[in-house]
Amino acid sequence: MVTVSAQKPSGEGPGEAQASQPFPVMPGEPAPLLFMRGIAKSFPGVRALDGVDLALYPGQVTALIGENGAGKSTLVKTLTGIYQPDEGQILLEGEAVTFDGAEDAMRRGITAIHQETVLFDELTVAENIFMGQQPRTRWGFVDWKLMRERTREIFARLETDIHPDTRLRDLGIARKHLVAIARALSVDAKIVIMDEPTASLSHKEVEELYAIVDTLKAEGKAILFISHKFEEVFRVADRYTVFRDGKSVGFGLMANADTNHLIRLMVGRTVDQVFPKIETEPGEAVLAVEGLCHPTEFADISFTLRKGEILGFYGLVGAGRSEVMQALFGITATSSGSVTLGGQPYRCTHPREALEAGLVYVPEERGRQGVVLQLPVFENIALPSLGRISHSGFVRMAEQFDLARGYARRLQLKAHSLSQEVGTLSGGNQQKVVIGKWLAMGPRVIILDEPTKGVDVGSKAAIHGFMSELAAQGLSVIMVSSEIPEILGMSDRVMVMREGRIVGAFERGGLDAETLVRAATGNEGAASTSGTASQEQAHAAPHP
Amino acid sequence: MQPLIRNREFLLALVVIALIALIGLRAPEFVTPGNLAQVFTDTSILMMLALGQMAVIMTRCIDLSVAANLALSGMVVAMVNAANPAIPMPVLLLLTLVVGGALGVVNGLLVWRVGIPSIVVTLGTLSIYRGTIFLLSGGAWINAHQMSPAFIGLPRVEFLGLPLLAWTAIVIVLLVAAAIAWTRLGRAFYAVGGNPTAAVYAGLDVGRTQFAAYVMSGLLAGLCGYLWVSRYAVAYVDIAGGFELDVIAACVIGGVSIAGGIGTVGGAVLGALFLGITKNALPVIGVSPFWQMAISGGVIIAAVIINARSGRRRGRLILREAQAQS
Amino acid sequence: MTDHTLDTLAGSPGTLPDRLDLGWRRWMRWEVLLLAVAIGIFLINSFASPYFLDPWNLSDATFNFTEKAIIALAMALLIIAGDIDLSVASIIALASVTMGAAAEAGVGTPGLVAVGLLTGLAAGAFNGFLITRFQLPSIVVTIGTMSLFRGICYIALGDGVYRNYPSSFAWFGQGYVWWVFSFELALFAVLAFLFGLLLHKTVFGRQIFAVGNNPVAALFSGVRVQKVRFSLFLLTGLASGIASILLTARVGSTRPSIALGWELEVVTMVVLGGVSIMGGSGTIVGVVIAAFVMGLVTFGFGLLNVPGIVMSIFVGLLLIGVIALPIGIRKLARRWQGVSGRAKR
Repeated sequence: MVTVSAQKPSGEGPGEAQASQPFPVMPGEPAPLLFMRGIAKSFPGVRALDGVDLALYPGQVTALIGENGAGKSTLVKTLTGIYQPDEGQILLEGEAVTFDGAEDAMRRGITAIHQETVLFDELTVAENIFMGQQPRTRWGFVDWKLMRERTREIFARLETDIHPDTRLRDLGIARKHLVAIARALSVDAKIVIMDEPTASLSHKEVEELYAIVDTLKAEGKAILFISHKFEEVFRVADRYTVFRDGKSVGFGLMANADTNHLIRLMVGRTVDQVFPKIETEPGEAVLAVEGLCHPTEFADISFTLRKGEILGFYGLVGAGRSEVMQALFGITATSSGSVTLGGQPYRCTHPREALEAGLVYVPEERGRQGVVLQLPVFENIALPSLGRISHSGFVRMAEQFDLARGYARRLQLKAHSLSQEVGTLSGGNQQKVVIGKWLAMGPRVIILDEPTKGVDVGSKAAIHGFMSELAAQGLSVIMVSSEIPEILGMSDRVMVMREGRIVGAFERGGLDAETLVRAATGNEGAASTSGTASQEQAHAAPHP
Repeated sequence: MQPLIRNREFLLALVVIALIALIGLRAPEFVTPGNLAQVFTDTSILMMLALGQMAVIMTRCIDLSVAANLALSGMVVAMVNAANPAIPMPVLLLLTLVVGGALGVVNGLLVWRVGIPSIVVTLGTLSIYRGTIFLLSGGAWINAHQMSPAFIGLPRVEFLGLPLLAWTAIVIVLLVAAAIAWTRLGRAFYAVGGNPTAAVYAGLDVGRTQFAAYVMSGLLAGLCGYLWVSRYAVAYVDIAGGFELDVIAACVIGGVSIAGGIGTVGGAVLGALFLGITKNALPVIGVSPFWQMAISGGVIIAAVIINARSGRRRGRLILREAQAQS
Repeated sequence: MTDHTLDTLAGSPGTLPDRLDLGWRRWMRWEVLLLAVAIGIFLINSFASPYFLDPWNLSDATFNFTEKAIIALAMALLIIAGDIDLSVASIIALASVTMGAAAEAGVGTPGLVAVGLLTGLAAGAFNGFLITRFQLPSIVVTIGTMSLFRGICYIALGDGVYRNYPSSFAWFGQGYVWWVFSFELALFAVLAFLFGLLLHKTVFGRQIFAVGNNPVAALFSGVRVQKVRFSLFLLTGLASGIASILLTARVGSTRPSIALGWELEVVTMVVLGGVSIMGGSGTIVGVVIAAFVMGLVTFGFGLLNVPGIVMSIFVGLLLIGVIALPIGIRKLARRWQGVSGRAKR
């Protein structure tokens, strides 16, 4: 058993005691601009928000902190009118309001930079920024000239020079994100929500974003800043609110907070921070990747994976990790490079071939790639194994149920029956279905892409548990993750990727969070063990 | 700022010009201004319907009922005219627009409010609208002699060498082009079809935008209903039977993506012209008109393959050099 | 739930039941509703017309839908997998024209059948190749091939007719296997059974549902998605070839306009049968009942001298109505729940 960072059970701390009460307005404090009280929102199988409170103050940055799945994104969608809350009250400048759609929220001065960039690939940058609220001439027509002008102004504020007429699909991820930020700044908003705005930005761009945040503060806007990077929160925020499992568990002034206290609030139970890592002695190399390249997504990917090992892949969102894994799984074609699996040359052009060679992939986008939401549990688990449990093309129902039942049991699946539609299960249980589906194939290598994203705390621990035991039983595991504690707690070795390349390889011993972040962000003076990474990148041939 | 050569409409325009030139080599009489004007007039109705269909397809829907809508609107005005020739033309024009628009509203509401997939809705209303014509007319034909001279003559009035029918098409094309380029609704067609999720985040109502597209398609079908009946001086149950496929073909040839979010007025117009020219040119160059159907089928397939290739996803741009190149 | 000795990785939860017993709700299914409609129409018809219950009349009634229904069986699979084929009627015409040309050249009945089937297969393969190889939307491609295939018929035949079919060929469209049961009806019954097995009992059927619900997840689960889709276009082409043989043999002549507009009726039949037009769900039983419903309505209206075009209004209303009904009920139920939920608070 290995333990990382704080694991004290929660219970004390200045914020928690008051959490259940409405936000008291302290003497000498400004009144909140926005006040959400007792907000609840449920989806089939999940209670995403369970009576949360939140206050935002003019000219101040409130950090919303919480783990994946704590309900932060649901709150953002509630606040921007995309979801209607089931219960609770929203007070805007002291007046009770309900938002009738996104436009309504926008009209009331609430704007957001969403986590996933929701933009229009085929349209120009200027249109992306102003869609739905284009400036109009006297005659009611869209004023393209003014729109371009205002786009230039906003980009000038952001100190970037994206041409307003560029088509969005011709931009890279970081620049798309800048367009999303520009979109939020285009409205004269009172409240600006930033949902993990720095996730895919480089160090320099992050600094620029901080400058923007400072400007907005000076303009008297109330900012909700969502992040789980503490360094960042301490840099920009004035206040904090912590969510855990859909509840608000603490709030206060940043000045009175420290990292340990916030972590304790965020994690709450010890369960998540204790990683059930079983120490194993990795065996011979199972998978060897040599110089794998793709025209636009990644280049020079080389690594080996040993028997019984958990190999972590860390990087910022959009660093190309999933793309590499999907290429190994036969989804995308590579342009050059060689792969050896179990001593045999491995070339794979379709997932079926990957399965037959014993390599399986648990994708990041569970609902889209991992499970067929509309089909029952048993069909999802049996889908890749149908060939084995059929007789001359006819599926044997009994064997199918046996197979599904076995893995549902092993993975402690929580469901009413095996015929329940997977879409009605919670995120964690859906993930168990995906893992069960692959274990039924008896793989040699299992790749898990963000295995605990959007998964509740209990399932998270269970998934870490299986991962560890599978490795101990001799399975080789690749774990792509953006969560540093998970990477540090579970991996035997860690590869770090940035902009489509491997920029660092680290052994387990003595590895810390800061080293990983430096390598992943390309920070100056990064203590990367493969120190030549940055030069390599500068000289690499674009297309072999 | 992409080079002209990558511009789909520009390429299509070149193809259309090349086509005219080729036909001109075989049959010089085809490229006289008078004949080209004739071809344009003949294509007017297809052009206008293609614009409405384009709006619908751009919002990820489809309108299979346009031709039936056209036939029903046309029958209604023809019957009113036959029953009471004294009713002035402006009233009849308004009537045909109202009928067409109302049928579009029915489609739109079923898609927006009830949430039935658009292909099912318009497959159903296609049958219903056609059947209604029979119920109204009892299967009878309204022939030229039953229609008033004004009713038949209006689209034929010449102005600057072009009949009013062609002018109507020109005005409609300009109006729709302006609406698509310079109104929020026009831009919303692109947004809703291109990325419905993002459209919701941008505060657009996806269903309402689709509804608007259906109403637009319905209004144009209504207008074309009168124009068709007047041009061919006859109204019966089966007029413009199967014409919806020509309309969709014009859109597809014009580069309107059936997946939504992509399309231009210029493209749809050129697509319609392409079909109109082939149809009119075949007899001139001595090819049996029986070839027309196969040719338009082949062209649709070629167009959709070409469009798909140019719009192919290249993968995410992650590598720095890949981003620099684009 | 009972617990046994488990080989769990960690912990030991109970065993999940295969399915929950839903009781009476199990009968709240589309197919049951449709069957009730079919019985209703049957009863109305038998009261409305004294000629309806005559076995020979009923047998005649089956001819007007079995050909379409055979295509509908394959189309159902295709639509469940998330695709559509609007060129089926044109494939009928194309196969009929090739058979007609072969008959002119003196090919005998077995040869004609082979020609018809092969033409259907080839047309289906052409559709499937374009759609899966170039990743094109099936609706556009098949609108294109719909024009192309029928266009080829017009080029080949113009306004002419083929009618020199050998007399033994007519049996496929006009013959009876036993008493009032025609070859067409018997063939449809056999095919319906086979398609039912294929869709509901085989690995291939499972893959069809997976592809139709979520092609990405199916691919990520190792299903050869493009192969499944291609096979279904092939199958639909083959079914159209079979329908073409039956129809050509029945009417004894081929014109380029043969089976014009049938694609819409076939799709209507499939959707009426409870197959989701968005893909992912549906049953063969539903499609078979829907075929009978449409056949009975047409026949009943025919006996009452109602013209076919009015029948199309009914079919259109039926199509929209049967889909709107469950959606409307669900919406009302949700609204009612919402009201009661608010009242509780």
